[in-house]
Amino acid sequence: MRLSGRGVKCVRGGREVFSNLDFEVSSGEVLAVTGHNGSGKTSLLRLIAGLLIPARGTILLEKGEAELTLAEQAHYLGHRDALKPALSVGENIAFWRDFLGGETSDAGDSLAAVGLDHAADLPAAYLSAGQRRRLSLARLLAVGRPVWLLDEPAAALDAAGQELFSRLMHGHLAQGGLIVAATHGPLGIEARELRMGGPS
Amino acid sequence: MTALAALVRRDIRMALRVGGGALIGVLFFLSVVVLMPFAVGPDLKLLARLGPAILWLGALLASLLTLDRLFMADHEDGSLDLIVMSRSPLELACAAKALAHWIAAGLPLIVATPVLGLLLDLDLLSTSAVALTLLAGTPALTFTGMIGAALAVTLQRGGLLLAVLVLPLSIPVLIFGVAASEAAISGPRTFGAPFLILCALSLISFVIGPFAAAASLRQGLD
Repeated sequence: MRLSGRGVKCVRGGREVFSNLDFEVSSGEVLAVTGHNGSGKTSLLRLIAGLLIPARGTILLEKGEAELTLAEQAHYLGHRDALKPALSVGENIAFWRDFLGGETSDAGDSLAAVGLDHAADLPAAYLSAGQRRRLSLARLLAVGRPVWLLDEPAAALDAAGQELFSRLMHGHLAQGGLIVAATHGPLGIEARELRMGGPS
Repeated sequence: MTALAALVRRDIRMALRVGGGALIGVLFFLSVVVLMPFAVGPDLKLLARLGPAILWLGALLASLLTLDRLFMADHEDGSLDLIVMSRSPLELACAAKALAHWIAAGLPLIVATPVLGLLLDLDLLSTSAVALTLLAGTPALTFTGMIGAALAVTLQRGGLLLAVLVLPLSIPVLIFGVAASEAAISGPRTFGAPFLILCALSLISFVIGPFAAAASLRQGLD
């Protein structure tokens, strides 16, 4: 499986964010997207996720499942964590597992894998920022998707959380997945770097 | 199918919890209808004559009240991105959300109608006629209102815009809803014709609403 972009141009609100961007990442690889604030890291991830339309250029996933679009084979972990404060931790993860569908694993196991199984009955409103992040990571485990698009994935995670996160990434790569992560800090995993330019 | 069922279940569950919109709509409906006899005065004949219109107006405003949150809550916390990316068609996901909204916010209004009929001096037959027209007509309000909710999703204070966009679309529903109720109560027109038109309006909105909402959600992505 190979994810590639050719001559991608992104325009948001009438302003060009970046243009003529090429990138490529294959199964078992991590692409770390770096650059200063406003250089278009999040925009790139949203383009790949199909949430924005490129003004020019193409983004392709080769050797994926032919019946599904790129977005349908991808997990997107954004700034906003898609958690409902009124629902419990267990209900949140169970909903995304049922709704996203495809290859799923047990919701309880995914919670245990991120160290949140003790809090399954707690409303998500009471979680700390780091725990919310862990719960978002549990979504990546509960539903199998070959492409992970991660926006500042390690933000708010403590040292143990970062170690856990790098273990999860290694596991995903070992299963033939690929990861595109926008990041400022080290990811805790060997990665190819895509440096975004743009206005400084 | 399990995906859409999960979406309906989640939305209903959230609406019934603290901070959800289900009770707000019914309480608003109650207060509008309860205040009306005080405003109009204790003229029972007049109240009975205005009854269906008051109940319908109350239901219309109550269903608008919580509609602006239909997509906005999901937009704010990023859930909408995942819904757009998911393997279920966005149109069906919109329909599922509207269905959940109707079950949580529309059905309670219909259940409350017989109680409120007492305050307006409507007899049993009249209240059941009004409740029946509400049952046939409120889905149309939700499914057309959903279009406005999808258009206003990215606006912080979209509630008022939603009302301006949606109220004109709900005029036909209001006309035929009240006409059918009045026909059932006082004659001489027949109940059947306006009631069937009301049903038709609901069926049309089931088809158009999800497609229009999905299209405007896709357009509004940023």
